[in-house]
Amino acid sequence: MRRIALQMLFGDSAKFYGILLGLTFATLLITQQSAIFVGLMTRTYALIEEIPQADLWVADPTLQFVDDTKPMPVTALDRVRSVQGVEWASPLFKSILVAKLPNGGRQLCDVVGVDDATLIGAPATVVEGKVEDLRKPDAIFVETRGAGKQLMQPATDDPNGPKRPMRVGDVLELNERRAVVVGIAETRPSFQNVPTIYTTYFRAIGFAPANRRTLSMVLVKAAPGQDIGELERRIERETGLSAYTPDEFSWKTLDYWMKQTGIPINFGMAIALGFLVGVAIAGQMFYNFTLDNLKYFGAMKAMGATSAQLLGMVALQGLSAGVLGLGLGLGVTAAFGLSIPADRLAFKLIWQLPVLSTMAVTIIVVGASSLSMLKVIRLDPKEVFSG
Amino acid sequence: MSDEGAIDTRGMVKTYGTGDSAVRALRGVDLSARFGEMVALVGPSGCGKTTFISILAGLLSRDGGSLRLAGVDPDTLDNRERTLWRRENVGFIFQQFNLVPQISVVENVAIPLLLRGMRRTEAIERSMALLERVGLKGRERNRPTALSGGQQQRVAIARSLVHGPRILVCDEPTSALDGATGQRVMELVREQGCRPDRLVVLVTHDERIFHFADRIVHMDDGLVTRVADAKSEVAALRAAVAAERPA
Repeated sequence: MRRIALQMLFGDSAKFYGILLGLTFATLLITQQSAIFVGLMTRTYALIEEIPQADLWVADPTLQFVDDTKPMPVTALDRVRSVQGVEWASPLFKSILVAKLPNGGRQLCDVVGVDDATLIGAPATVVEGKVEDLRKPDAIFVETRGAGKQLMQPATDDPNGPKRPMRVGDVLELNERRAVVVGIAETRPSFQNVPTIYTTYFRAIGFAPANRRTLSMVLVKAAPGQDIGELERRIERETGLSAYTPDEFSWKTLDYWMKQTGIPINFGMAIALGFLVGVAIAGQMFYNFTLDNLKYFGAMKAMGATSAQLLGMVALQGLSAGVLGLGLGLGVTAAFGLSIPADRLAFKLIWQLPVLSTMAVTIIVVGASSLSMLKVIRLDPKEVFSG
Repeated sequence: MSDEGAIDTRGMVKTYGTGDSAVRALRGVDLSARFGEMVALVGPSGCGKTTFISILAGLLSRDGGSLRLAGVDPDTLDNRERTLWRRENVGFIFQQFNLVPQISVVENVAIPLLLRGMRRTEAIERSMALLERVGLKGRERNRPTALSGGQQQRVAIARSLVHGPRILVCDEPTSALDGATGQRVMELVREQGCRPDRLVVLVTHDERIFHFADRIVHMDDGLVTRVADAKSEVAALRAAVAAERPA
């Protein structure tokens, strides 16, 4: 009877494709919107992932997320360095500044200043130039996405003519100070989607407007054998600053964006809409499909089909539609993710998302199947005699 | 005909609802029938025919009276046992055929066998043979919707007989068909369905097929009002029709 159940489903092509379309679309909406949400949220702590050398990040206690820089006095660096168990501590500057481009245009840029001596915090993947070139006068690195988009320059003398990506040798101004591009690096896309400029700490301070407090964060490496948690508590106790492991700092950042912005609600609504589409289209259509076949189920019941046999048929029909719809939806979502470049769209399909979609589709299919089964169980076989 | 009692019911009562809204569908039906017979239940709408065959087919429980169906009282069986008893012993021909449109003709015929757990290849083989007997050789792989009404009812006949039931219940088998097709369908029911070890119960309004039955059981208002030999009943009907014709 399993084969007959499947033939009943596949044979009613209008309803079958309707159910399939509903489930596919629901899966697509749920998974794709979740993946974009995860992609966006992951970008909020991109800088933390860019600097894997640090065991701890030390910042002002009022800091809410990684981009929320609350400058500290430079003496904070020495206070951290003096804590027992710290192998090294490096300064990090981070601020949004306006860059004046060679063509006269202005562009907001995220300027990151890394330790002059060790260059800890400099980008790991260099596409052009050498990280050590950052020590040259006025040297800066730009990242590929910014260089190829917001920082593009006219390729000819005509300012309105074709444009080319920013390249090594280009000169721009940051706070009326000269900055020379000495390298291009590839970095993780950030949430703010502004070009990131890397330079040394002291040069970055020079680029920024005068401020007594210039230290954005301190990157800390624990001494060999030092317990990280213990060091974290010791730094907080002895300096009055806040220290976070990269994981904690990422979660703190994520927590801020989740609780303080409307992003989760917006995406949540889109995901809920996907679920409702599934319920409204696929669920209802599956239920109608069962209703349409009720007289045949009734005839089978009269002929001696047990309730278990009929329920098995309905369950198999629901399961098949669910698996196919889910598979197609996930496939389309993956194809969508693969077809759009990462710098265009934040899209991160982590393994939990297909699980989430599977759960949603399961709820839709089980719900619709259960209602259908109820109808089949309550079916009075003598009704087949009613004509 | 076999002397064994296929149906023996006395004082069968069935009431729907309770209190003021109660409807007494059967008010004490008495009927006996033997294997090998074709019994036609006739009567006006609402006289209790459908209720009576539903009980005879093991689809409905009675409220009172006694019933033996092939030696069994279906009301002594629990739901599952009754379903299994029905699966083994009862075949159905429905007014609207009730053929599953998404599957082939031969698969429709095989349903009662598949329900019993028979292997698919064997069930299909047996169904093919029966389809040949009802004149549908070559149409086995068609969908039911590709067949005419008469052909669909032939498929339904094959489906009702494929598992060799002892009781064949035919509910208005010709009402969805034109006169000539109805006659051919009933010839087939008579030819293929009637066997010494099988009782055929036919519910019909169609006087043109009365002659296929052995006995006519008239029902009215929940009671069996008259049981007549089909031959004499048909002869009387023909005489009445002839008398009404202008000379």
